[in-house]
Amino acid sequence: MRKSTTIITISELHDFAKIVGLSISVSLAATAVAAAISLPLGTTLAIFPFRGRRSIVVLINAFFGLPPVVVGLILYLALSRSGPLGFLQLPFTPAAMVIAQTILAAPIITALVHRASERAWARYGDELICDGASRIQSIPQILLIIRAELLTAVLAGFGRTVSEVGAVILVGGNIRGLTRTMTTAIALQTSQGDLPLALALGAVLVGISISISATVFALAGRARTAGSDEV
Amino acid sequence: MKARSILALMATIIAVHSSLAAEQSIILASTTSVESSGLLANILPQFTAKTGIAVNVVAQGTGKALDTARRGDADLLLVHDPEAEQQFMDEGHGSTRRQIAWNDFIIVGPSADPAHIRGGNDSVTALKAVASAQAPFVSRGDKSGTNAAELRLWKLAGQTPDTLNKEKWYRDIGGGMGQALNAASAMEAYTLSDRGTWLSFNNRGSLVIAIERDPRLINRYDVIELSAHEHANAKLGPAKIFADWLVSAEGQRAIGAYQLNEQKLFQPSAGSPK
Repeated sequence: MRKSTTIITISELHDFAKIVGLSISVSLAATAVAAAISLPLGTTLAIFPFRGRRSIVVLINAFFGLPPVVVGLILYLALSRSGPLGFLQLPFTPAAMVIAQTILAAPIITALVHRASERAWARYGDELICDGASRIQSIPQILLIIRAELLTAVLAGFGRTVSEVGAVILVGGNIRGLTRTMTTAIALQTSQGDLPLALALGAVLVGISISISATVFALAGRARTAGSDEV
Repeated sequence: MKARSILALMATIIAVHSSLAAEQSIILASTTSVESSGLLANILPQFTAKTGIAVNVVAQGTGKALDTARRGDADLLLVHDPEAEQQFMDEGHGSTRRQIAWNDFIIVGPSADPAHIRGGNDSVTALKAVASAQAPFVSRGDKSGTNAAELRLWKLAGQTPDTLNKEKWYRDIGGGMGQALNAASAMEAYTLSDRGTWLSFNNRGSLVIAIERDPRLINRYDVIELSAHEHANAKLGPAKIFADWLVSAEGQRAIGAYQLNEQKLFQPSAGSPK
């Protein structure tokens, strides 16, 4: 079955579609969870002054470079049936992969949102307060002002999740038809000496990454020209 | 906007989650060799069609698979390292251990054959020749069943991991069987492989079989059920159904019928363990 490198069978095509679909849906879910946390958090950090804020921001920026394999290992130990979160029964499920990728994407999105919110707050903060808005009420206003940057931030988070292999292979287990993503499939096919198939999957992955960047640039560019004096 | 995105996210998570909760399933921690040889992909659909139980295979080296089960993250084991398995049983993690099949290891190497071992069937003499020729040798180095078998052969050839790791020609790559074959192919090195992975491997370069059919190269695969005492949370019921199927006449027939390039890869042996 695996020998037919020249002819792609229906079942291989089905496997392939499943792999691509799982990659994208897991990454989308993780990006959505990360965004739901990071958008309010990033803005809050920009507009609420409190002790220790600087250190939190530094820490979040440092988490940009979290090695995925370390995140995967720690998360695996935590989720393992013999670990503290074992009762959730999550190891080797797509849900565990979503959690891992959320942890990887959230710092990036938070840091980018924070940076943009800081600039917007410096410029419009006083105005918002004068209009009678409380700081909490200002959060959605600020998010609205920086919407172009939000898009970049969220897509950067998505890019991190979809291209990552170290964490998802540890917590997902690379199970065929269940937790096999594009990146873990590439690792597997390469390890089996099936370089052409690995390369084909790689091409799809690169295609997705490029489309994401292109979308970011196009949308960000349009938003800048549309509201050039807004931010 | 936020409420909508949270709803969308919930929907995605539920969709992802329900797709895996749809049927009864177990996690089988297994070795890279049974997965990459294509055996499991071939026989599992027959079992699932019959019983409705999905078997999710996490392919790791035997050492890691045993460890995954010790931690409670697997429901059943299919592995091939007699010594490590015995230790697992002695620790009380396993309840039953049954042989399902065997095949054999081979030593592969570059066709130039710098150690002049090609064509023989004495693996220990061959390894001695590799060592004295200082010909490159790739080791899995991942505590897999194949890695353990390799180290047992080296011991018979008078070498220990300590002496080997000092040698420049001995290259511990810490990877799966396919990775070791990729590395051996790229470095023109010898390596020990299971026959199944070798036959399904597509990137051989100049590698050919150097040594085969040594009785010491027999490779036994066992299915191990977990102890209810240590692993009460594991899905022991469906795991037992699968283990019993593997040793049943039907399961044994399925294993024996699997061929790759017209070669039989696994000899079913539940009836008469090797």
